[in-house]
Order: sequence, then structure tokens, then C-alpha cells
Amino acid sequence: MGDLTGPNSGIVIPPRNGAKLVIDEYNKTNPAVKIELVEYDSQGDGSKAVALAQQAIKDDKIVGLVGPAFSGESAQVAPVLEEAKIPSISASATNTKLAENGWKFWHRVLPNDGVQGPSIADFIADGAAAKNVFVIDDKSEYGKPLADAVRAQLGTKGVQVTNDSLDPTESDFSSVVNKVAAAKPDAVFFGGYYAAGGNLLKQLRDKGVKDAKFFSGDGSLDKGLIEGAGAANAEGALVGCPCYIATPDVTDAKVKGFADAYKAAFSADPAIYAAEGYDAATVFVEAVKAGNTTPEKINEFIASANIAGVSKQIKFQANGEVEAKDIYIYQVKGGAITLLGKAAEAKLG
Amino acid sequence: MFNDFINQFWPATIDGLAFGSIYALIALGYTMVYGVLRLINFAHSEVFMIGTFGAMFVPFTLGIDSALTGLTLVGVIILMILAGMLASAGTAVALERIAYRPLRKRGASRLAALISAIGASIFLQEFFALIVIPNVFDRPQQGRIQMGLPRLMERTELFSIFGHTVRVDQVLVIVAALAMMVVLDRLVNRTKIGRGIRATAQNPESAVLMGVDIDKIIRMTFLIGGAMAGVAGALYLISYENTNYFIGFLFGIKAFTAAVLGGIGNLRGALVGGLVLGLVENYGAIFFGSDWKHVISFTILVLVLMFRPTGILGESLQQARA
Repeated sequence: MGDLTGPNSGIVIPPRNGAKLVIDEYNKTNPAVKIELVEYDSQGDGSKAVALAQQAIKDDKIVGLVGPAFSGESAQVAPVLEEAKIPSISASATNTKLAENGWKFWHRVLPNDGVQGPSIADFIADGAAAKNVFVIDDKSEYGKPLADAVRAQLGTKGVQVTNDSLDPTESDFSSVVNKVAAAKPDAVFFGGYYAAGGNLLKQLRDKGVKDAKFFSGDGSLDKGLIEGAGAANAEGALVGCPCYIATPDVTDAKVKGFADAYKAAFSADPAIYAAEGYDAATVFVEAVKAGNTTPEKINEFIASANIAGVSKQIKFQANGEVEAKDIYIYQVKGGAITLLGKAAEAKLG
Repeated sequence: MFNDFINQFWPATIDGLAFGSIYALIALGYTMVYGVLRLINFAHSEVFMIGTFGAMFVPFTLGIDSALTGLTLVGVIILMILAGMLASAGTAVALERIAYRPLRKRGASRLAALISAIGASIFLQEFFALIVIPNVFDRPQQGRIQMGLPRLMERTELFSIFGHTVRVDQVLVIVAALAMMVVLDRLVNRTKIGRGIRATAQNPESAVLMGVDIDKIIRMTFLIGGAMAGVAGALYLISYENTNYFIGFLFGIKAFTAAVLGGIGNLRGALVGGLVLGLVENYGAIFFGSDWKHVISFTILVLVLMFRPTGILGESLQQARA
């Protein structure tokens, strides 16, 4: 479940593809119990997502859910699933608070913003050696906490921080851009999704803010950021992400196998959260393989799962968080997104 | 904070004027239709949206993907503005014919027309998201995703005010919008059609008795208002280089606000309202942060209406001297 046709669908379609890949692979082996993948297009809208979740539970009788994709809709859908005792594994919702509700049936296969924000901030302060940073958020359930985490961590490092927020439904960010131009920062961080991120980056560069490095979080890790800003403007932009994207130069056999299969099935390289979507669906497939077909049984399996996934070792804590906590930094080079390395180790070339 | 204001005053002024000009052009459509029909055409926001796509169609069909210079650039910009006007004016006239005239002929209440407008607005948005953008612009499955325009016009500096750059695209928007305003003002005040529009606004019954073809005048009003929204769409697209099926929503509300702020039914009021709104938004954002932009603009609207219920200029089409 997630935004499959809306403005930010670019970060939801790859995990959907990843999940589809696992389930198709599994069904091809002609198992006794086949798994059917049903898609729910919430367009990222929490109220639509709740209605779809009820439909999924009552009409389609799902046994597990990959998603919801965004944090906002997760906060609304998870209680519904909890009541119906349907396990869910999100491949992309990173809001920290989601894990604090005591939900037993909710999980995610990637670390939260509480990990992502500080790691990116460390990288801005250490890896990129920025002293004066302008932090912008989009006031969303995702963007604001992420930007706040970056602000707090930058503050402890003695970096000078200036703040502003924008409305992502607008297309003119000139008032934000004027503030950035006046503050003359050496780095800009944007907490929000790529649709607004691309426009913001373009307008910054057009206004002559050319030297400040542009940083963002996983919500902006999509080629839409480059399309929105234009390749020349996006060059060098840095995006942090708790996700692991299999770039074409990987050596690990398991990851390479996944990347090749993905490319063969969807004629595109795996993009953001594709590996996480694959892993989330893998957990469900493994649960069914082990003979669990009811939602409760599957949930018990998930709680004790310890599976080598494509993105990381999948092992859940009691609150639904995954144990592995690595954040990766990506950079736009020559109009494409390339992996720079783990946030703690990456170096700017 | 006051220091920020001084530092950012000039760039905020220029951005405010550029964006305000776009508001003003859209506001004309609201204000003209209100002046003649006493009706808020809430589907006008979609007329603007279609204008941006009309303009987008030109570089899309010509396959332009890099910056242009000289006469080619001027030619393409003029074509884009014309295409935007054509698309928007066509939509506005069709709206009048399909969504309003049948109601008007049957003597339905203004409330019914309002609901009809909201329906037409939703229809047009979804029509673009589901059919036009995926098929005409060859973006299957991406109807709801923002569509970008390749850079047509390099962002060169034209001149600078107190060390702050003024770019050629910003000047283009402001100058083109003002030029359209002057043309429209002439049209309404100096031509026969303009006299018909004013007569209908003052008193439709008497206008009919004097031999004014009301249906034609109403059609012309929608046509002209639509064409102005089309110019706004083209200018917006050239300057901000993106559009989507939902873009009319915020612009529609803001332009409507501008029309009310300036005095609804008043053409010059639309210009004043648009520019004031653009400036206030940008100045306010300096003090309170950009996320407070909308709060500031609507607070100003409430304040102005408390002390001047008819808007800044007040006087409307029907009171204008014939």
C-alpha cells in the first residue's frame, strides 16, 4: 500500500516492484500455498489509506501488508491493522514515533529518522565540514521531525543553523530562497519529498546560491529531484537514506542477483526502497514457506525472523524496528544518483 | 529581524511583483465574470491550469530541450503565450456553454451555478490527470506527477538594484502582465464590446432593451477572462518551469483573494489586489517564516475587508462611467 500514482509515487513504485519480484519468484515454484499480491493506491493520503485498509481486511482478507509507504498514512493505518491483527512491514516509513505506540503487528525494514537525521547531520558537519547550515522543512509528518533531528545534532556540533519552512503544495519558494541567499550558508538541508526538493534546488541555484552544498533525506532520493532541478543544478547534491540502493557496480553476489532480476523484470535499475520492498515481501514469503498462513501465525514468525535480506540482515526488535542501523549517503553525479558510502565513512571527492 | 527585512527587501519586492502579476492576470477572470454575472467562477483555477499545459504543448511538440536565444526564443515565447490563451479561452467558453448557460436559461439560483463550477473544476483536474497528461504529453502512469519544462530561457541578469540581481524572466513576467492589463483596460473602456460588457454589468435588463446581445457579451467575458488566465499560465510556466494537474487550486484561491482585496468587479482592483498580495506574502515571509505566508495574506484580506468592505479600490464595473 502506498502512493502508486500520486506526485511522490517515484519512491513507492520501486518497493512495490521489489515486493512483486519476490512474490512472483515464489509463485513460480508452484508451492502448495500461493501468495496473491493486491495493490492499494492510497496516493499518500491517510484518509484514503484507512478506507483501503478496511477494504483489504474485510473484502480481500489479506494476511499481511507491505507498507504503508509514508509515515503520515502509516500513523493512521497501523491502528486499523492492529485491531484486525494483520501484520504489516513498511519498506519506507521512517517517522520515529511510529515505533512508540506499542503496536504488535507493525514493522519496518529500515532505521527511523531518529537515526537518519543525526547521521546526515554528522556527515554535514564532519564529512562536508560545513560551519553555517540553512535547514528547511516541509512541515510534513516526515520532513519536520527529520529536519528537527538534523537541527539538534548540528547544534551540538557548534554549527550555526538558520531555519525556515515551506509549503510543498506551492511551486514558488522565492521567500525561502531569498532567506537562504541572505544567510549565505555553506550547506542547505531540506527535510521533505523530492517534488518540492527539485523545485527548491532549482530556484536556489537560479537565485545565485551556487556554492552551498544541498543535502536532503530519503524522501528526496529519486531521479525526480534531478528532473525537477535540472541536471546542471542537481549536480553534486547529497542525499542521505537509510535505504540501500544496489548500484550497477555492486560485487556482492546476492545483491547483484537481485539487481539483475529486478532489471530483467522491470527494465530499470533498482531504485529507492526496491531492496527494502523485496526484503519486506521476503519476510512474508518465508513465513508462508514455514507453514504459517494465518495473520497471527505470520506475525509470530516475523517477531522471531532472522533472515539475510538484500539490504541488510532482517531481525526485528519487539517494537517493530529493524536492528541494523546504517545510513547511506548518495550523490548526484552526471545526472544520476550514485552511492557515496555509509554516512559514518563516506568522503566527499 | 528588521535587519533581515532590509537585506531581503529588494529580492522580495521583485519576486512579489512577479508572482503578484500572475495573481492579477488570473484575478481578472474572476472579477470580470463576477461583474457581469454576479457569479464566482470557481472553475477558473482550472482555466489557468489548462493554460499552463497549453503553453507546455508548444515546446513539447517542437521537441525543444535546450535553451534558446534571440528571435527563436522570442518566437517560442509568443507561441507559448498564444497557445496558453487559446487553451484557456477555449476552456472558459466551453465552461460557460456547458456548466453555466443551461442553468442560467432555466433560472437556477447562483448557488446551483456554484456547485456546477465545483463539479466542472474536479472534472477538469481529473480529466487532465487521467487522460490528457498521460496521452497527449506521453506520460503514462504519471498524470499526477509534476511535469517540468526544459530550460528555454537562460536566467541571465538584466540589471541589479542595490546589489540584488533582477533576472530577465522576472522582468518578462511583470512587463507582459502590465501590458496585458493596459490592453484589457482599453478594450473594456474604449470598444463596443467593452461598452456592452459595462452595460450588462450595470443592468442586464436595460442592456437587452438597448439591443445588447447578452449571450454574446457573456461569452466574450469568459473568453477574455480565460485568455488572461492563459497568459498567466504561459508566463508562470516560462518562469517556474513546472506544472501539474492540481496547480490551479492554490493559484485560484490566491487570485480570488486578490480580486476581492482589490474590489471584486473592478479590473484595476484586480491588478492592485494581485500586486499587493504578492508583495505582502513575500514581505510577511521575511518576518514570520515562509510557512506563514498564507496566514499573512488572508489576515491582510480580513483586515482590509473590515475597514473597506468593497476592497481597496471598491468601485466596480457597473459603476464605471459608460
